[in-house]
Amino acid sequence: MASEHRAADYAWDVGEIDTDEMILNMGPQHPATHGVLRIELRTDGEVVKAARPHIGYLHRCFEKHAENVDYPGVIPYTDRMDYVASMGNSLGYALAVEKLMGIEVSPYVQIIRVIVAELQRIASHCVAVGTYGMDIGAFTPFLHLLRDREKILDLFEWTCGARLLYNYNWVGGVSHDLPEGFPRACRDFLREFDAITFPELMELLIGNKIFVKRTANIGVCPVPLAVSFDLTGPNLRGSGVPRDLRKDAPYCGYQNYDFAVCLGKGDYGPTGSCFDRNLVRAREMAESSKILHQAVEALEKTEKTDVHEKVPKRVKPAAGEIYFRTEAPRGQLGYYIVADGTGVNPYRVKVKSPCFTAMSVFHILARGMMIADIIALIGSLDIVLGEIDR
Amino acid sequence: MEFTYGLLTGLIPGLAGAPSWVLVALGGLIPAFITFNFVGLGPIIYVYAERKISAFMQDRLGPMRVGPYGLLQTIADAIKLLFKEAIFPAGVDKLLFLVAPIIVVTGSFLPFVVIPWGARLQAVDLNVGVFYVSAVSSLATVGLIMAGWASDNKYALFGAMRSAAQIVSYEIPSVMALLTVVMMAGSLSLQDIVRGQAGGLQNWYLFRYFPLMPIAFLTFFTAGLAECNRTPFDIPEAESELVAGFHTEYSGFFFAMFFLAEYTEMFVISSVASVLFLGGFHAPHPSLQAIGALGLGWFWLLLKAWFLIFVMMWLRWTLPRLRVDQLMHVAWKVLLPISFVLVVVVGGLVLKWPAGFPWDRWVGWPITLVLMGFLIVGMIRAISWSRRRTEELLA
Amino acid sequence: MDAKAVHERLKQKFGEKITGANLEAASPFAVVAVEAIEEVAVFCKADPDLAFDNLMCLAGVDFPKETPARMEVVYHLLSYPHGHTFALKVHVPRDSPAVPTVENVWGVANWHEREAYDLLGIVFTGHSDLRRILLPDDWVGHPLRKDWTDPDFYNGMHVKPTPQMADRAMGGEKIGVGPFDFTPPNAHIAD
Repeated sequence: MASEHRAADYAWDVGEIDTDEMILNMGPQHPATHGVLRIELRTDGEVVKAARPHIGYLHRCFEKHAENVDYPGVIPYTDRMDYVASMGNSLGYALAVEKLMGIEVSPYVQIIRVIVAELQRIASHCVAVGTYGMDIGAFTPFLHLLRDREKILDLFEWTCGARLLYNYNWVGGVSHDLPEGFPRACRDFLREFDAITFPELMELLIGNKIFVKRTANIGVCPVPLAVSFDLTGPNLRGSGVPRDLRKDAPYCGYQNYDFAVCLGKGDYGPTGSCFDRNLVRAREMAESSKILHQAVEALEKTEKTDVHEKVPKRVKPAAGEIYFRTEAPRGQLGYYIVADGTGVNPYRVKVKSPCFTAMSVFHILARGMMIADIIALIGSLDIVLGEIDR
Repeated sequence: MEFTYGLLTGLIPGLAGAPSWVLVALGGLIPAFITFNFVGLGPIIYVYAERKISAFMQDRLGPMRVGPYGLLQTIADAIKLLFKEAIFPAGVDKLLFLVAPIIVVTGSFLPFVVIPWGARLQAVDLNVGVFYVSAVSSLATVGLIMAGWASDNKYALFGAMRSAAQIVSYEIPSVMALLTVVMMAGSLSLQDIVRGQAGGLQNWYLFRYFPLMPIAFLTFFTAGLAECNRTPFDIPEAESELVAGFHTEYSGFFFAMFFLAEYTEMFVISSVASVLFLGGFHAPHPSLQAIGALGLGWFWLLLKAWFLIFVMMWLRWTLPRLRVDQLMHVAWKVLLPISFVLVVVVGGLVLKWPAGFPWDRWVGWPITLVLMGFLIVGMIRAISWSRRRTEELLA
Repeated sequence: MDAKAVHERLKQKFGEKITGANLEAASPFAVVAVEAIEEVAVFCKADPDLAFDNLMCLAGVDFPKETPARMEVVYHLLSYPHGHTFALKVHVPRDSPAVPTVENVWGVANWHEREAYDLLGIVFTGHSDLRRILLPDDWVGHPLRKDWTDPDFYNGMHVKPTPQMADRAMGGEKIGVGPFDFTPPNAHIAD
């Protein structure tokens, strides 16, 4: 069964546009597309009439690899999907396999997982908000936020040796215990973050009138469209829907922490604009900081257990399947794992990445915008091509 | 030019006998050469300053390796750009591609012919100085459009079209704001305008008809930012949208020329603003005007122009950029009405009080100095607060 | 509503078209007949008690070793008003997999179905824009199938090491590709 390749399906032909329209290609190489993404724009002057995203430039066959390595061996592959927020990816996979096998980890390991996931959330939102500011033209907040992200990455390097791709959350535990002095270092970081970085970010970027003017009236995603196209996480909360998996379907002990769900309320324009999505991300950093304070306190009070005690020698779940979702920084990350019970390799691992579905609504939101707004829209959806293409 | 002429004939008596065209040529070429070099070496300092200032604002160090504290960085970059291959994409219009940078650079260097660095330290004192400056700085627009068109690149074309729209729109409020100064000075000649501001800080045109002239200054400065394509008006070269806008396809020496032209244009706007509003080469107090026989006028003008350049850089690294239609909105719906109103009102006031409100000398400059004082005090408090916090956290 | 109630409601409405179910699985599902999937999807979204307004994931799975050889398309549904989840499955024959599209019910299915078509070759009838999404436009074949073998060349480039190289490596010889050796995967498991 050969697939037919019809060139006309894949690219607009110059002959089929009106005379005053232009086909502009925001090619795979572009400073503002957050990865290798190609967007074909059909514009009338500066106004975009139609936009077609082309993905697949970073497709690395994750799902095929997952069928050829054993269950623990998939974890490094999961790291590399959303490489900006790796802890969340491996957490989702490890939790899915643990649920399939019926493994319960100790509260100590759960707290470690929460600490690491929330630190990763702050780091990921630092990149998201910082690069968004840079796309809009404000260069300075990006560097301030990256300075704080460096501190988080230093904490991660101290814990498990890696700065970006950790192989940290294993099936049944984590790879390294938190080192001595980690609570103190974490608290130091949070103190600086809460006192300096976060207020400066809100004043310098989020409250900036030019930034608001650029982002508050564009890319408005109404709630039915958002739900139909499976926008999740900050994208959905930006449209005003108060859904957060950490509250709705808690995992890893999230029900024990007190934090608020940040919503976009349409402060400066219609609800669901680019500004709202970005504001949700910025405010979520403060909420993550809250969770971290509570988690570090809980860590000091909980009895320490061996982080490898529940890690099975050989991960061989019985036949079955599961769809497990977690709240990654970019949205709802879902793993559909099919185990056939006979081998050490998974039978099928399908990843529902939040950026993939966020990108699917792009062509609808992009109609009628100007080219500068396209950049703002991509940044507000916070896409990472590694996750879209897998 | 007459100054140079007199200087030459004084220094080299034999020159007086040469044919007149030689004297005129020398009298014109030597100031032009000096001005060109002086202005042309400016970007070396400004690029380094921009990198260091932006670095300190972004909590990092900036260039540190090339020379002590990275002082030789720009020279190294300039040498690199000179040796880089100048790539000509396949479809470019060769003639326009090569001529465009030349026109842009010319357009940014020409205004310096009339900027007065001292009572006689001026290349030429045209009696239509202000008119000449605003006319000649529009030459760069032509060059930009040529660059965008010749590049055979849709992004470059976008950048060029945006740039043309932007510069042309902001010319009008800019010139209107200049008109207020011209009306007060009664002359288009820059030398006369500076002469009208003699006597110290309170006589600067910035502080007359308070608060009308400060508004005129802000209008001129904002419009000038747009003319230089600096953030928040840097849509034509929006790095994250259009890669590099109209100069995407230029590399090597031609890119260096565009770069040079941008920083020189910044210096033009700052110098013109200093000359027209900030007292030109006059010191804030007449006693600081000269040290013995050495006149310090050029130093004061340089200081003012550099301060305004610092403000431009400060704004660039703080503010995001405006979208192109918002930019047009600001030009046509905000700055233009303000400047029209200013021209009419100041024009009327000039008839009654030619030198400004009679209470200006006590109102204008004290208020401004107080505001500056608040700003400086605020900055010192912020720095000491952050130092204190750092010590606390390390404890 | 728990999984049993959802299954009951579906059976009530569609009767024979719900051909199977597994409600004890970690993610409970019901198997729907292929022709009926679109009306079942419309019902799932429209019914006020079910209110499955969100399609969380649409996955294609290849089962060549089953008898009869089949492919499955799994729809994981979520209801935002009620908060419950459920899964629907569709079994299609492996040699000509065709499923009606549900992109008119949930907009996100457009891209998910394109991906299932791209990687597994499942044709979604009625889809507005069924073309490859992840793989290059001119790729031939559907790699996620279990019987996939890599072609030797793609546009003139070697796709994998030559069989001779692979044979030598499996025989234990160290084949160096730059600083890395080729060691067969899972060699440490004595299975």
